Amino acid sequence: MSNSNMNLKLKVWRQQNANDSGHFEDYTVQASPDMSFLEMFDVLNEQLITEGKDPVAFDHDCREGICGMCSMVINGRPHGPKGGVTTCQLHMRSFNDGDTIVVEPWRSNAFPVIRDLSVNRSAFDRIIAAGGYVSVNTGNAVDANATLIPKEIADEAFEAATCIGCGACVSACKNASAMLFVGAKVTQLSLLPQGQAEASKRVVAMVNQMDAEGFGACTNTGACSAECPKQIPLTVIATLNREYIKAKLKGY
Amino acid sequence: MSKNIKLDSKIPAGELSQKWTQYRSSVPLVNPANKRNLEIIVVGTGLAGSSAAATLAEMGYKVKAFCFQDSPRRAHSIAAQGGINAAKNYQNDGDSVYRLFYDTIKGGDYRAREANVHRLAEVSTSIIDQCVAQGVPFAREYGGTLSNRSFGGTQVQRTFYAAGQTGQQLLLGAYQALERQVGLGNVKMYSRHEMLDVVVIDGKARGIIARNLITGELERHFGHAVLLCTGGYGNVFYLSTNAMGSNVTAGWKAHKAGALFGNPCFTQIHPTCIPVSGHYQSKLTLMSESLRNDGRIWVPKNKDDNRHPNDIPEEDRDYYLERRYPAFGNLVPRDVASRAAKERCDAGYGVGASKMAVYLDFRYNMINKYGRAEASRLNIENPDEATLLKLGQEVAKEKYGNLFDMYKQITDEDPYEVPMRIYPAVHYTMGGLWVDYELMTNIPGLYALGEANFSDHGANRLGASALMQGLADGYFVIPYTIGSYLSNEIRTKSMPTDCEEFVAAEKKVREQLERLMSINGKQSVESFHRRLGLIMWDKCGMLRSEEGLKQAIAEIRALREEFWRDVRVPGTMNGFNPELEKAGRVADFLELGELMCIDALERNESCGGHFREEYQTEEGEAKRDDDNYMFVSAWEYKEGNEWELHKEALVYENIKIAQRSYK
Repeated sequence: MSNSNMNLKLKVWRQQNANDSGHFEDYTVQASPDMSFLEMFDVLNEQLITEGKDPVAFDHDCREGICGMCSMVINGRPHGPKGGVTTCQLHMRSFNDGDTIVVEPWRSNAFPVIRDLSVNRSAFDRIIAAGGYVSVNTGNAVDANATLIPKEIADEAFEAATCIGCGACVSACKNASAMLFVGAKVTQLSLLPQGQAEASKRVVAMVNQMDAEGFGACTNTGACSAECPKQIPLTVIATLNREYIKAKLKGY
Repeated sequence: MSKNIKLDSKIPAGELSQKWTQYRSSVPLVNPANKRNLEIIVVGTGLAGSSAAATLAEMGYKVKAFCFQDSPRRAHSIAAQGGINAAKNYQNDGDSVYRLFYDTIKGGDYRAREANVHRLAEVSTSIIDQCVAQGVPFAREYGGTLSNRSFGGTQVQRTFYAAGQTGQQLLLGAYQALERQVGLGNVKMYSRHEMLDVVVIDGKARGIIARNLITGELERHFGHAVLLCTGGYGNVFYLSTNAMGSNVTAGWKAHKAGALFGNPCFTQIHPTCIPVSGHYQSKLTLMSESLRNDGRIWVPKNKDDNRHPNDIPEEDRDYYLERRYPAFGNLVPRDVASRAAKERCDAGYGVGASKMAVYLDFRYNMINKYGRAEASRLNIENPDEATLLKLGQEVAKEKYGNLFDMYKQITDEDPYEVPMRIYPAVHYTMGGLWVDYELMTNIPGLYALGEANFSDHGANRLGASALMQGLADGYFVIPYTIGSYLSNEIRTKSMPTDCEEFVAAEKKVREQLERLMSINGKQSVESFHRRLGLIMWDKCGMLRSEEGLKQAIAEIRALREEFWRDVRVPGTMNGFNPELEKAGRVADFLELGELMCIDALERNESCGGHFREEYQTEEGEAKRDDDNYMFVSAWEYKEGNEWELHKEALVYENIKIAQRSYK
């Protein structure tokens, strides 16, 4: 239960700010298999504070895998070895006593480091602001059942809409591409009749903003989908490409 | 000051069902040209904040929105699981605006305002329409219509949902509407900014002091009106289902600036959460109330029955909710279900290693409800139990897949095979800043929306009503009611922020930060927070008593004194410093906790989530005292952590008040 029976070595990335070059520091920490990975970091930080040292800065909030705030590259993999979970839902039972664990921030030019493991992901907000919405003011809506949407379509749109915007896809990609993130939103909104009116305008605006933010191009390695904690399928990138080509042919 | 406070709830005259319609038709308007010159500050970007900021910007106001997270999409509304209520009556099962209104007042144990709740029920239907128009992918039936399910405290199916991630989908809809306005230049977004004080000039709210959490700089922001959409304060208990960052600071600073705090002791303890597993635990995880549609709650009939739950036969199980409350069964309201679980565990019938848990078991319905239906659909003759279970598991996966997965991640047990173990945990706070019908606090120009206000849920909130209230306030209430105030502000020019009130407010904030940095004690912020949480949970949690509350008040005062003497905040205030952020929030919780205990002590009755052991029926149900306590407690802050109580009488003209019964 609550006994701490794992001894771990940590190599954690420490970086004062975006301009600092950064380095790894070594720590030892005791953990219990039932702890979450972030609770293990809480223990580390308590230890550092007691020793009069600076705790490690890391982003986290809901700790139930839905807010998308936590963001650690653990042993070279965004959100760690388990697959299909966020860092906060990774538990220490996925590691062994005596392990050395390497922890780094998301690394991408479009996500500058704020401090240590904390990065700035506002580029994602700007991509959504460019077009990731349906242009409908409050009060404009018709009755919710006026437009029937087949269950299969609604389910597929929902699957794409479960993206939590954490950025693991960018972190996993050797090109730091944001195509999975953009593809998920484009797929959700272009599947639904409510989003189709401005589908062409949307996809071009979002892709332009994605490029302006400095995200790389997609070379179809599939690492993004493999590391996505919500398992957003690679087909959303195919949909993104299809919607983009359709829009370009229409002259957008 | 107190002599001047007159609680005017500004409830419009007229017949209940016509109040909102008549109000909307007669409230003063602001013409489009003037809207462009009026600035509104929105603090917090959850459902209430995002929907308000987006809608006000669509209307033409200049909006500045603030959130402490790295993106407005991270606000804790994102984690709401089960669904959102609306009186659509799509299921043709007898629902209506009146019935939603009635269920909500009764569910709140007759401690909410009739007019507010009726308005909430009225606008609920428009919320669903709006969200669908935004592309929110709600669950649907094969015919393409929207799907519904049941939540506690109701006998109709009025809950709309998107698997177990309804809050996420609704918030992303509101967030996208907000980002659209950011893209159009109508909203200026300030992420990673925390509001640390409200600026009051000539008695009106005129802006805020915010700290840029990356650079540590303090900023002054002017607004003709300030909207606090900053959520609840469940984290005063340290362990709760709230996000780690959820806090009371914005509301508390407003309270200390003169805004009254309504019903602070009304806390919701949610019955179905994953139990505490160790001392290192940082938060608790909810398992959605929607699971009670198909999960049956039970404990063994015999103490210390150590058999595997699947091996305990029917006759040795106590389905205590179905036994005690046959009319509502497993779908009784949250306060009732939580107390019943505590009663069984305290009596020694709990399960699991800690014995502080009960079973939430899906096996019966997976086999008998879904398995049989699927077998019949697939024309499988005489299916055996294993086949039925397998078929039922597929249906359960569709309905609750992400919740089952989450449970397995955390506990390493598979709920498709074994029952979940669950226990109550702090989830929501019905109390909050006191607001009138227009959602304005007693400080003119300062509003509170969503969970941050006290207004709609009385002493207990029904499931799937928090999302409804957040979006009602933001999309459909504030856009009208704010006109009543701003129509008189069209001659007020934007004020420069170098006036003495802004300077003084910033100085006060800076001094508190400097003080926190300078203590340089030995104990971490986290350790104080944990200790506060234990006091609150033990003495101001599910069961409260006069003696316990008095002890708690003394303990909290002592802990607060120790905090300000011995807390250690590392780093500097001139940069990114999460420990400093946390220190400020815990300092505020250390004051709020005391007020909650004072409020609980003053309220000599039991109602909804507030259960005083001295006031219960022979059957152990909450015993209200309508003669003496049918009022809203609105507390005024006095220097040096003293408070004065003001009372707003509750008047029920349309509902016959009764002992709440779910039997």
